[in-house]
Amino acid sequence: MTDASLPEPRHARSLKDVDARTNRRNRAEARFRAYGIAAVSIGLVFLVVLLGAILINGVGAFQQTFVNVPVYLDPAKLDKNGERNIEDIKKVSTFGYNPLVENALLETVQASGADTELDSAAEMKKLLSASAAAQIRDTVIANPELIGQTVEFRLLAASRVDGYLKGRVKREDVTRDKNIDVAHLDLTDKLHDAGVITKGFNLAFITGADASESRPEQAGLGVSMLGSFFMMLVVLGLSLPIGVAASIYLEEFAPQNRFTDLIEVNISNLAAVPSIVFGILGLAAFIQFAHLPQSAPLVGGLTLTLMTLPTIVISTRASLKSVPPSIRDAALGVGASKMQAVFHHVLPMAMPGILTGTIIGLAQALGETAPLLLIGMVGYIATNAPDGLASGFLDPNSAMPAQIFEWAKRADPAYYERAWGGIIILLVFLMTMNIIAIILRRRFERRW
Amino acid sequence: MYDAPTLERDVTEAKTKFSARNVQVWYGDTHAIKDVNVEIEDNTVTAFIGPSGCGKSTFLRCLNRMNDTIDVCRVEGDIRLDGEDIYDKKVDPVQLRAKVGMVFQKPNPFPKSIYDNIAYGPRIHGLARSKAELDEIVENALRRGAIWDEVKDRLDAPGTGLSGGQQQRLCIARAVATQPEVLLMDEPCSALDPIATAQVEELIDELRANFSVIIVTHSMQQAARVSQKTAFFHLGELVEFGETGHIFTNPEDERTESYITGRIG
Repeated sequence: MTDASLPEPRHARSLKDVDARTNRRNRAEARFRAYGIAAVSIGLVFLVVLLGAILINGVGAFQQTFVNVPVYLDPAKLDKNGERNIEDIKKVSTFGYNPLVENALLETVQASGADTELDSAAEMKKLLSASAAAQIRDTVIANPELIGQTVEFRLLAASRVDGYLKGRVKREDVTRDKNIDVAHLDLTDKLHDAGVITKGFNLAFITGADASESRPEQAGLGVSMLGSFFMMLVVLGLSLPIGVAASIYLEEFAPQNRFTDLIEVNISNLAAVPSIVFGILGLAAFIQFAHLPQSAPLVGGLTLTLMTLPTIVISTRASLKSVPPSIRDAALGVGASKMQAVFHHVLPMAMPGILTGTIIGLAQALGETAPLLLIGMVGYIATNAPDGLASGFLDPNSAMPAQIFEWAKRADPAYYERAWGGIIILLVFLMTMNIIAIILRRRFERRW
Repeated sequence: MYDAPTLERDVTEAKTKFSARNVQVWYGDTHAIKDVNVEIEDNTVTAFIGPSGCGKSTFLRCLNRMNDTIDVCRVEGDIRLDGEDIYDKKVDPVQLRAKVGMVFQKPNPFPKSIYDNIAYGPRIHGLARSKAELDEIVENALRRGAIWDEVKDRLDAPGTGLSGGQQQRLCIARAVATQPEVLLMDEPCSALDPIATAQVEELIDELRANFSVIIVTHSMQQAARVSQKTAFFHLGELVEFGETGHIFTNPEDERTESYITGRIG
């Protein structure tokens, strides 16, 4: 008789009738999925646009225009004594090579049968990079036995010629350009058809040094890549041991009290400090106080170490925390000391996380520009590749992102292309590091 | 001996392994163990029973100072192993834990090979002078753990790849390998199926010949099956301690009786 007072049991209705509440719930879920898909798609579109823009703008930097010229290395001009003494040969400056280049170019143009309005060899030489003479001189000094022979050279074309063939420089642009005339472009077309001017892979962009404002065709990222490499050595060598040791102490040994809480909060805060602040700290501490050399990768590395430490400490502590406490118990239970428990069991299990965090911290440091501005690692630093460890750490150098920043600042649009190209190289490095991080994590991960 | 009345629990000094007097434990402000007095005998299986949160695991962890790793935990009173105060300033907990081995609730083998799991303890305590000696210790421990026949052909396989019951016996073998005098077991069968439980219980009975075994358990049947002495904890107090048969058939405290008959807990 109590049945009447009870509500109708839910199962009295057919399962096939969907009630309003269920409908509402299902609609809400469908909406949420749509939002998620929309968010992911927007992200993907941005990524594609970004990568596309980088590739379209930067891929040109990996191609370079060359002028193929046979140059007669006249002994009368290059080695007056005829003794092939390397000191004598070095005395001839690039000015001494200019006539050789001009003659060679003139002969080549005539031989190709291209007719041109340009009346002098000096005018024609504007097709070549200002570094052409230096290019020949470097070859001669490296191989003095070539003197007296006619050698086929692949000389860098001027950046306007390069830009014209890549479509960056238009005919209407050059009317007010004092470096080059329409006549040069006509000749370029003809020589290109004749096979004298060719485009090829630009290895010098990957291996070379920065060049002055007026010679973008010569500029390369190689030396600043070495600068970045030496900085990363410093960062890795300092931040990994210091960061890991600090994290182990804080996570496993330090007592829980106000002081360690304060340290913990401040490490998290440090991770959020703008990098330029670390830059000015580096300037004050390492250059003005400790008198370390300016613009040196050592100082850059020390500054970036300050910046990377919090990242490494935070990720190391997180991975130490994620090791199940039962492993510590197990080790302590068989009579291991705390340190043995940590170093024999906890640390190996935390290793993949620590390595991942370290590589991500390094990748961050590799792409960091702002602190380098303040310690003088940006600007036209005309150095050759360092010839040893000491010079690598201490000689003025730039770093990849700082070099890119420097190129992007320069007026010549040819440098704009180099900046994008530099970004491609930087991204390749960052992606490689991230892939290494993923591989390490996979390799060391243990399944439970 | 089984018929001895519970009141005569003050056994002779020679047989006492652990003796606890007025032990108090605080977690911060929480009084987790209140004034516990107990004598634990050698070559005996002693079971600690009681409802969840009654302090039996806490007390067990006092016996090898595993509570030292918890910052807020404070232990007072007097716990003696073979007449020596284990909380004395001169006592290194690492040496104590080598003498008082522990097996945990969840099987927790190291993520290393079966061999290395067993060999770890003897290695850090320097129990073996040569590889051959170490091999022998490992084999003996695995035999003691009643798992030798199952793993002797794959000592290089990871210990984490074994089944739950095998892992727990591996952990028991690991605890035995350091040649302790007492084995503490914190609910060693709670993560195991009935077959594995039976194997472990049989093993515990064999271990009694060489060790004093203290086992915390939620299962009263298990306590009745494996132990000779039983201690009933309730709300941090040791309510009753005595011969297992006596506790289960003729408890003196009504709280013990309520728990055993399923009215509390």
